Order: sequence, then structure tokens, then C-alpha cells
Amino acid sequence: MIPAAFDYARPASLDEALTLLARGAGSAKVLAGGQSLLPLMRLRLASPAKLIDIGRIAELRAIRDLGGGATGIGALATYRDVLDSKLVSHNHPILASAIPGIGDVQVRNRGTLGGAIAHADPASDMPAILLALDASVVIRSGSGERVVGIDGFFQGAFSTDLAEDEILTEIRLPATPAGAGMAYCSIEQPASGYSMVGVAAVVGRAGGSISSARIGITGVADIAYRATATERALIGSDGGSAAIDAAAGHATDGQAVSSDFNANAEYRAAMAAVHASRAIEAALAAAG
Amino acid sequence: MTTDVMGASIKRVEDPRFITGKGRYLDDIKLAGMTYMSILRSPYAHANIRSIDTTAAAAMPGVVLVLTGADIPYNPLPMAWPAGGSSGVVNNINTPRVLATDSVKWTGEGVAAVIAETAAQAVDALDAIVVDWEPLPVVVDAEKATQPGAPQLHENAPNNVVFNWTVGDKAGTDAAVDSAEVVVRQRIVNQRLIPNPMEVRGDIGVFNPGTDEYTIWMSSQTPHIQRLLLAAFVMGIPENKIRCISPDIGGAFGSKIFCYADMALCLFASKALDGRPVKWVETRRENYQSTIHGRDHITYLEIAGTREGEITGLRVKTFANLGGRLSTIGPGIPTTLYGRVLSGCYKIPNVYCEVTGVYTNTTFVDAYRGAGRPEATYVIERAMDLFADEIGMDPAEIRRRNFIAPDKFPYDNPSGLGTAVNGEKIYIDSGNYEPALDMALKTVGYDSLAKAKSDARARGKHLGLGLSTYIEVCGVAPSKWIGAVGEGWGAAMWESANLKIHLTGKVVLTMGTQPQGQGHETTYAQIIASELGLAMDDVIVQHSDTQGTPFGYGSYGSRTSSVGGTAAVKAAGKIREKARQYAAHMLEASVDDIEVVGAEYRVKGSPEKKKTLQEIAFALDLGFSLPAGMEPYLDETVYHDTPNCTWPFGTHIAIVEIDEETGKVDLVRYVAVDDVGKKINPMIVDGQLHGGIAQGVGQALWEGAVYGDDGQLLSGSMLDYAVPRASWFPNFELGETVTPSPVNPLGVKGVGEAGAIASTAAVANAVMDALSPFGIRHLDMPFTAPKVWRAMHDKEARS
Repeated sequence: MIPAAFDYARPASLDEALTLLARGAGSAKVLAGGQSLLPLMRLRLASPAKLIDIGRIAELRAIRDLGGGATGIGALATYRDVLDSKLVSHNHPILASAIPGIGDVQVRNRGTLGGAIAHADPASDMPAILLALDASVVIRSGSGERVVGIDGFFQGAFSTDLAEDEILTEIRLPATPAGAGMAYCSIEQPASGYSMVGVAAVVGRAGGSISSARIGITGVADIAYRATATERALIGSDGGSAAIDAAAGHATDGQAVSSDFNANAEYRAAMAAVHASRAIEAALAAAG
Repeated sequence: MTTDVMGASIKRVEDPRFITGKGRYLDDIKLAGMTYMSILRSPYAHANIRSIDTTAAAAMPGVVLVLTGADIPYNPLPMAWPAGGSSGVVNNINTPRVLATDSVKWTGEGVAAVIAETAAQAVDALDAIVVDWEPLPVVVDAEKATQPGAPQLHENAPNNVVFNWTVGDKAGTDAAVDSAEVVVRQRIVNQRLIPNPMEVRGDIGVFNPGTDEYTIWMSSQTPHIQRLLLAAFVMGIPENKIRCISPDIGGAFGSKIFCYADMALCLFASKALDGRPVKWVETRRENYQSTIHGRDHITYLEIAGTREGEITGLRVKTFANLGGRLSTIGPGIPTTLYGRVLSGCYKIPNVYCEVTGVYTNTTFVDAYRGAGRPEATYVIERAMDLFADEIGMDPAEIRRRNFIAPDKFPYDNPSGLGTAVNGEKIYIDSGNYEPALDMALKTVGYDSLAKAKSDARARGKHLGLGLSTYIEVCGVAPSKWIGAVGEGWGAAMWESANLKIHLTGKVVLTMGTQPQGQGHETTYAQIIASELGLAMDDVIVQHSDTQGTPFGYGSYGSRTSSVGGTAAVKAAGKIREKARQYAAHMLEASVDDIEVVGAEYRVKGSPEKKKTLQEIAFALDLGFSLPAGMEPYLDETVYHDTPNCTWPFGTHIAIVEIDEETGKVDLVRYVAVDDVGKKINPMIVDGQLHGGIAQGVGQALWEGAVYGDDGQLLSGSMLDYAVPRASWFPNFELGETVTPSPVNPLGVKGVGEAGAIASTAAVANAVMDALSPFGIRHLDMPFTAPKVWRAMHDKEARS
């Protein structure tokens, strides 16, 4: 449980970090809270030549009120920071309800939201939640800043839109659609605590029918994804149990469902539907 | 005067250091000039070693020594408990060598070791060792391994059979089963488990070139036994040249009983380095692959009886997976500790059990909390439920009808406990099973079970209740029986205690037993304080170092309180008697006139004429004035052999709820009524029960070591092997009946394993009860959500 030897740098500013990263030319990894990367290194499943520890760059840890119900969460904000933020729990209550189920106290105290989505573990909870929240992410490199929607961010297991010289700096959460509620429902693999299936739903009702729906699903495929078929089936429906169950039945449409010795594809697919149904019900209940 | 501390829930004297990070575990020990060892382990489950090239590794930074099997004298590790011992069973024994030479039999078997200046340098150099492997076909399933055409592991073990062991009356049982009104048959699997102590194993070996003596610190439950085994069988040196020390131990559950290759490796390496200390601490992955596993039985059970619920026969065939080579007492677990207690607390007249021990390309299997008795309890308690279901009888009622009646003790059970040579037999000496069952049923509200089930249905849940009315055998003994049947360590099973009262009145109790977190320093101090009328603070308990403690067989098999505790009581008795004699000398009275009240030694009829134990110790330890023939000092040693094992019993009841949509099983209530005899410290007893119950429930619901067909351990870390978390459990509702054990003066029986022995079957029976609306009769553990969901949906699809 001793990592292979590596170089280590702890830049004091984002600009310094970007310079070091550019110089690292593909052999450097960015270290944030370390809750995913360090265990991999200790098992020697990852052996980066250099770690650039951005953990103490204070400018990346702020949680900002963007106005109108939107929020900016610095990439280095820890799960604990987010849980403690009244702004976040007011604007985006799904985070306050889901985060206590992530890891343990130590992981939540050290682990960061930015680190979690940059790592892009296909069983991680946060990607599904950010997909449902219609987040966007702010990305910096030496050549400037770009803001991209979460929809194209995850590209594969442990693979994202981030280039080797880029650092994720902020996660922006838009205002919740009018009349929408949100909920996250998951079933965990008991050993790891990771979700075998996790479904985040942000669903709105207007008048007698469903007016908006974003459903993010994790654990089911090698990438967190939006269940667009479920969303389409839901929008315009009456939002009753039958409509919800019918929509939830499309939770894995078009997906190659994962299988391992803990849970085979059949079970994962079934649980995606069950938890989509539960998350949608709960989101609508929260919407009032 | 002190109040009697016996039977009091006194907080553990160990805990301030343990819970404030001041315990001193093996990895906390740092010696001057220490080097660090790392072991290269086989990536294959079965392979020949064509060659090993360590040249590059030896040249790596910081590397001081590289060892392969060729550097180690040919001394396979010992086999201390073959199946059946002297009773005619053929044991095809293959134990590991210190490092594998020609072949490896499981992923994780050690093939080379690097010793370096730092731990990181040792790990880095492993990558530079080049092994030319010849991979061979693999078999990981014990039943398949005995089939024709299976890959063969050892030349001396055709069909991979270690032994075929039987117990009980075959002809009588065949007749009873084959002519019975009702016979229920079931194949059941008791899956492989990983013990998971929070502290992994490790050793520090030091050779003293000046005296040719070896010292080894080891995270071991049995330092005295390891001294014997390492000296006589592995190192080939005199026993008085090795000192074994166990520091604080962070859990063991049986996995630290055994003689492991790494122990010898540290000693050989230190000698090769002219005495530099060599430390080795396993990684969690190594712990999972190279420290023993537990259980792993495939069993075909047949239970026979009448439609009125009288059980008349039990016939059992078990394949016991023992791994790629044998661990120290691996064969003893699925034989003596399993087959001989299969009939549990029931008066089943005909019992026959056949066990085939099998080699497979897996980690070796040995004693894990309960060791054979959880496997036996699982078989009989599942069998009772299956039989009750078959004849439509209430599971509590069928148990009640078949309990051994209280007036039948001592009871000679037909599954072989009494089977012995030379006339040495042991019996179930005491028991009264129905009151514990009644109490548990009342606590759980058995009469309102139907309502609880319908309430749960309204919430989308299936509720089930499961019973386990278990007995267990603790403190495996006595030595004369073990000697006679040739079972057990091939050695005795007594314990020792040395008790000293120093000049200043402070007391030191030195034991041959070895705690791993059980609180011995507290319970022994309670015994001595109570026996001598002293304050607990005045008693220090020492153990763990073969230099300075009397020989003891160590702590496992829930034997410490019964066997070790009695040695301590007897030592206190000898101290008291000598003090009484010396008090007579001091008080110029006749010995017969001295009465002992607590720590005061008084002249009868003249209570003002008295001496305290401390005053006596002061004078006697100085020895200025001694009666003729009396030696100075209060210092007594006792070696205690016990006349019998002890026989805890009880009823455990689990209530589970299964989520129909997901198959997830939640344990919602747990009631346990245990009779563990008298209690020295009830709080510690409760703690032992809590931990044991949690581990047993863990097997039923979550835990399982899983191998791929290629012999890779898929559940190779805590990310894939579900060690239970405290938050997954309800509060345990504990009750008790107290039947003092007749075999020791404390009346204690032992409680270290009872929870783990009872709880697995209770939860399994509860899950099967919950699934009975689906027509599901049996599933194998663990009852994970995917497995239970699949079973429910298969049944739904069919109906």
C-alpha cells in the first residue's frame, strides 16, 4: 500500500498550477482532495510521475451566489462545504439530501465536488446529480477559460472533456425550473458504498402535467448519463404513478448496462427503473 | 474493604489506551537499524516456477537482501491437527514452504522476499524480480476438485482429497433415514469468508549473533505455540533459543492462531543480515490473499423423521475446501469441531457425517470465529426449518419437541462427541434449552408474527422471522481426551497462571493466554481482585511474552475464561493458603484458627488480631522471619487442565424485511437469549455477543470471498468484500438464562464465538421465512439484494 515514487508540487495560485500542468506534458495529475486518486496510487493502479496539489488554492473553494437561484461551487469545495452551505441547500436541496450518503465523514471532509466529477468514476453519485441539475462547468488552461454544459462533459469511465493542460475551476448550477422538485435515490453496493444504481431527478409540474424533467443516472453504464427517453415520456404526462412507472421503464434505453459479480446487467437495469420511479415520485412530492 | 467486582460491568482498563491511539501494535514498534521486508506473491492460482531472477532487484536502491525458496532450508510449515489424528484417517498433507520453490497453489502464495532500508524500497524492488511462470489449470470449487478430470494440485493427494473422515453410526443412520416417514434433502453452501481483523498481521524478527537467540514480535494469538512450532518444525533450532512476543493486537478472529511463513522469513532474514531487525507488515490485499480464510463448505444434508415432528436421523456429506496447501490446524476444523456437534441441542438418535477435505487453488482455510461450529449450526438449524416446513409444523415447536431434555445430562451425543479411544469420552455436561427459547419468543412477540407480516406487506416489504437454537462447545479440552483421540493440537489444552504479590503489595498476574481485544486485562483483574479481596487497581495483568509468562496455549475457541480463568482462580487460592499460613506465623496463632475475610487474615474469635494481605506480603517477601520449611515471597504458578469443555447455548431470533422491488434485505430486529454461564463482566460479555452477532449476520447478508474460475480473488479488497458497518444493524435485544458450568469454579462457559455461531442461521431462516410466499425453499448465502431479487422474480415468472 505504498505508492510508486512521484514528484510533488503545491502551487499557491491557479496560474502557477496551470503553468506546472502545461509543463507536466501529460505525465502530471492534478490532486484535489485525494479521496479517489490516492487510494489508486497506493494500490499502484495509478502511478503518475508528478502530482500537482491544488488543494490549498483558496480561490477555487468559494461557493458563490450567482443570483436568481443560481449558484457557483468552486471546484475545491468539499462535500462538507457544500453540506454546510445554506445557499446550496436552499437553491439545490438534492445536494443536501444526497451528500450524506457519499463516502464517510473523512471522505466528505476531504473530498471535493470538482475532484469527484473530474475523476468521473462511473459509480460516483455526483455526476448523475449534476446532470439532473443541468450544471455547467468552468474550465481553465493557460490559453483561457471555457464554460461547457455538463451534458457533454463525461466521455467514458474515468474520462472527461478536460484536456491534459486544463483544470476544472467551478461548477455552476442554474436556478431550479419553476414548479420543480428534486430527489436522488440509490441502492449501494454494500462493500464499497458506491451506488450500484443511482438516479437523480429534477421534475417540474405546471398545471396538471409534467412540464420539465431531467433524469441523471449513475452506476448503470460506464458513464453517467441522462435518461432522455424517460424525460420525454414524462414531460406532458399527468405525473401519476402509471405514467411515472412507464417513463421509468425507459431508464436504460440505449445504454450498454454494466455487469460485475456484485450485480449483473439484468439487475442493474431493473434497479434503474425502480429508482427512477422512486426519484421521480420523490421529486414531485418535493415540488409540492 | 473493597466491594466485590465479580460480575460487575466495569469499564475495560485497556480502553483508554486503545481509544486514544496509545495502543502499541506491531507496526508501532521501531527498532534501531530496522529493515523492511516485502513479499513477492504469485499472480497465478496454479503455476510451476521455471526460474526466478532476482539480480535486478538486488541492485535496486536500498535493497539489502533478496530471498527465494532456494535460500531457505527445506522445512515445510507444520501440520498440527490432521483430521482424525490417530484414529486411522489417511491425511495427504501438504503445507506451505517458507517461500514456494517449484510451484504455487494459490494467488498470493509467497515466492520471493526483498529486504530493504525502507518499506517503499522493498516494495519497489518486487517489480524487478523476474519469475518465469508455467501456468497450470485451476480449480477453486471443492466439489468439482474431486471430480474426474479436475486439475491435480499435489502428487500425494489423488483427486485433490486431503482426507475422508467420518463420524457416527453409518448403518444405523442409513436405516433410520432410508426408512423414515419424511426425509428432507438439501444442498447447502457455507460460503468462504475473510476474517478481516482491523489490524493486519505482521512480524519483526531479530537474531542475536552473540547468543544465537531469536526474538520475534508477532501479531499472534498463540506466542507460546509459535515458539514451539517455529523452533521444532521450521527453524530447526532449540525451543529455548526463540522468544515470541505479541504486542497489542487489533482483532484476530482466529486468523492469528497459526504458524505463517512470514514469521520464519523474518527470522531467517535477520540472521542473514547478522542481526538487523526485519519488519514485515502485510497489506490489506495480502491479508485477503495470504492470511487464512474461513468456512467454505458444500454440504448435502438429509434430515429424517416422523410427520409428528420427531427427528430420527441426520445424514450429512460435506466437501470442505482447505485451500491450496494446509494451514496449521485446517483439517481439524471441518472434522472434530464440525462433525462432532452436528446434532446441536437435539436428541437425534442416528447421526452420520462424512467430510471430504479438499485441495483447491485458493487461500488456505482454517479457524475463523466459531471454527466448525457455525458451519454445524447452519446445517442443523437450516435442516430443522426445512423439516418443519415439509411437515407443516411451527419452527419453534419442532425445536421444542426435539430438545435434549434437562434431565438427560450428561448427554452422550450420537454425532461423535463421545467417540474416543482408550475409554476417554466427553459429554455435553449441562443444558436447559426450553427456557431460553421461551424467553426469546416472548421478547420478540412471536404470537403477533402474522400481524407483523401483514403490516410489512402494506409497506411493500416481506417480513420474515428466523430461529436459531444453538449450542456451542468452548474451551476445547481436556488434554487427556485430546491425547486419547489424537485430535486437537496434537498437544495439550491446559492453561497457566503465575501470581505474585510484590513487597509493596502490588499484584502481578502473568498468563499464558493472549488477548486480541477481549479485555483480558480487565476480567482477570476482576477475578484476582475478587479472590484476594483487593482493589482492581492493585492488580496488573501481563501476558504475551514467552520470556516471562508460563507456557500457555493461547486464546481461541472461547477458552480463556473457562481454562485460563480457572488457572487464575487456583493461583489465587494457592496465594491465599500460603498467606494464611504466614498470617498464623505473624499472629502467633494456629493455621486452623486463621480465617480469611477479603484481604484480611484474622484470628477466629479475636477479630482485632489480623493482618492484611499486603502486610503479609511485605513480611513474607522480605523473609526476615520465616516458619520452618516456608520459602519467602508470595509467588505461585498453576497449570490447570479442565475436566470438560463448556457448553453455552441459547436462542437467537432475527427479523428481516425484504424490499419487494429491490430484493434488499434489512435486519430490523435481533433478539438473543444466551446461556454462557456466569459472567465475570457482563458488559464485556455483551460486547462479545454484539461483535459475534454482527460477524454472523455479515455472513448471512453481505460477506463472501469470491474467486473467478481462473483462481483470482475477485473480492480482493474491502471495495468488493462487504465488511458489515455498525449502522446496518438494529439494537440487539439481549437476554440471558444462567446455568453455571459445572466444570470450573467460576461457572463460566465462554462467549467469544457464541454470537457468530448462532446468528448466521437465525438470519438465513428469517430470509427464507420472508421468501416463503414465493415458494422459495432455500437460497445460499449471502442474501444480497441482486440474489434475492432474482429468486423472487424467477418464482414470480414461473407462477
